[in-house]
Amino acid sequence: MINYSLEASGLNKSFGRRLIFNDLQFKFDKSGVYGISGPNGSGKSTLVKIIAGIIGASQGKIFHKLDEKEIAEEHIHNHIGFVSPYLVLYEEFTTYENLKLFADIRGVKFNQERVDYLLNKFLIFKRKDDLLKTYSSGMKQRVKFIFALMHSPQLLILDEPTSNLDDEGKKSVYEIVKEEGQKNIVLIASNEKNDLELCSEIVLLEKFKN
Amino acid sequence: MIWKIFLFLLLAFVSVAGISFPIVENPTRWYEFPLIPGLEENAKIIFFHVPTAWLTVIAFLMSTIYSFKYLRKKNLDDDVKSYAAAQLGMIFCILATVTGAVWAKFAWGSYWSWDPRQTSIFALLLIYGAWFALRSSIESEEKRATLSSVYSMIAFVTVPFFIFIMPRIMSGLHPGSADDSNAGPVVNFKMNGNMQLIFFLSMIGFTVLYFWMWNVGYRSMLLKEKLDKKLIRG
Amino acid sequence: MNKKAYSLFLKDFKSELRTRYAINALAMFIIVAISVILFSVGNEKISASLTGGLFWVVIFFTAMSGLSRAFVSEEERGTTLALQLVAAPTTVFSGKLIFNIILVFAMNTVIAILYSAMFEAFVIQNFLLFLTSFVFGNIGLAVSSTIIAAIIAKAGAKGTLYPVLAFPILLPLILTSVQLTLFAIDGISFERAKFELAIVVSYDVIMLTASYMLFDFIWKE
Repeated sequence: MINYSLEASGLNKSFGRRLIFNDLQFKFDKSGVYGISGPNGSGKSTLVKIIAGIIGASQGKIFHKLDEKEIAEEHIHNHIGFVSPYLVLYEEFTTYENLKLFADIRGVKFNQERVDYLLNKFLIFKRKDDLLKTYSSGMKQRVKFIFALMHSPQLLILDEPTSNLDDEGKKSVYEIVKEEGQKNIVLIASNEKNDLELCSEIVLLEKFKN
Repeated sequence: MIWKIFLFLLLAFVSVAGISFPIVENPTRWYEFPLIPGLEENAKIIFFHVPTAWLTVIAFLMSTIYSFKYLRKKNLDDDVKSYAAAQLGMIFCILATVTGAVWAKFAWGSYWSWDPRQTSIFALLLIYGAWFALRSSIESEEKRATLSSVYSMIAFVTVPFFIFIMPRIMSGLHPGSADDSNAGPVVNFKMNGNMQLIFFLSMIGFTVLYFWMWNVGYRSMLLKEKLDKKLIRG
Repeated sequence: MNKKAYSLFLKDFKSELRTRYAINALAMFIIVAISVILFSVGNEKISASLTGGLFWVVIFFTAMSGLSRAFVSEEERGTTLALQLVAAPTTVFSGKLIFNIILVFAMNTVIAILYSAMFEAFVIQNFLLFLTSFVFGNIGLAVSSTIIAAIIAKAGAKGTLYPVLAFPILLPLILTSVQLTLFAIDGISFERAKFELAIVVSYDVIMLTASYMLFDFIWKE
């Protein structure tokens, strides 16, 4: 059990003069599956991007702590895995090349065993040397999961993880979520009832709209 | 209200005095200006050209300072103030370039000769133009403010090159550049007391005018934004 | 950090080898630009100083043609997010800068060679001076072009806006570099050109520092 904690304190985000949410608070300090819900346009994607360090908050802060020690901003990206429909990887490279180049840019050693394990698990191993542009969208989604999991992150962020997936695809996503939720923190931003059913705690964004 | 009347009177006096007071060899009366070799009649443009050039620099500085403030605090009001300053800066820059070109025609023979100061004011015009072009191409308020603020800072960093270095290495026709032994009427105090007075009054008048226009400018923009928001909210 | 930036550069380099978007277009652009000048000039004899100035005209417009690709390609294909997830802003800027520096050196070497071949008046007497100003000028060109590319990648109207934003920023560098090129053509000694060289070097240092400090604001929204 890895001792990772995620805390939001007095978080406030506005785009220009448009308030998205105000004085947001939550704390997740045990492994498990957590949710962020709200109607479309309520700021779910914005919040997860702030947590992942892609966008800045207008006020307040997000604390990422490992064993009670705060992780510096420059290093949090190696503790986070992120999957979303709008994530795009490099289509002119093969899956294997993509994974390798991202490991190099992260500055993390390429874990051959783990990658092979994930490739097999997501049923992509046979096509790992094919260019990403030849993949179907379902397969690309699976590659995104491998991209998010290959460096063994303690925090897995999933933005609308089951959008555009058939039942089969949804089932495998839920399996992974449950598996990862046992050791790490999984954060799901979604409106889907089935997605949110997996979550032990849910942040309701409408509450922070004032 | 009263000070606005004073400002009007001051600028009116400066304009009339600047244009109509005669230039004679040995000034004896209070409304006469001395003859400065090399400038003669053209000297009068100093009352208008120098203030506008001075103000465009002030405006540029202010626009950059508010851009810097915006980058630190992300308060959109700072961006509006920066924009108001830049608008005025652009106008004064055009005025400075034009008055400078007119002076150049009479003093040096041609409207434009790529003298380092002329090049610098032209570069400033290009920077302003680029800044406005950048802003009009971005729709999101926040992005527009952030990206144009970053560009302001980059432009600010190149400005010392124009002000200090270029005139030293390039020969120029401007009073006060590398190969002009005559350091210029302001520095050398070839102006007599009366002329200096009118000159400084002009500087003060224009500066106050600028700050007033800037103040009105940004406040009206802020009000407009508030009104727009109210109308949308309904 | 350098190794990560280098990996990013390698990614761009390999991608370029595979797709060859930039290289082909740039090579053709250089040929077209020089041809346009040749045709416009016709049989007129142009002076050495004119060729010096035109040299930098070609360099500037070629740079405007090719250096924005580093950031614009990521934005256009939507891969910016992936990069934001794996790398700190400093790493990203360094990686893109390395790519653009190499691109600038490659482009300008080709331009210099073609130029000397096509214009007889373009004869360098003080080669050491030319080389020094070439190296530092290229670095300055790459740095400024890269940070401006980062800005316009996030704005609209990318293509036309790029030279508009970049030109005022590059102006001190271009003016001084033209001066240095003319010195090199006229055979002025290295000693006498020291002031101008100092300007170029300080431009490089200042722009580099400013770019790194400001890039964070551009990259992380």
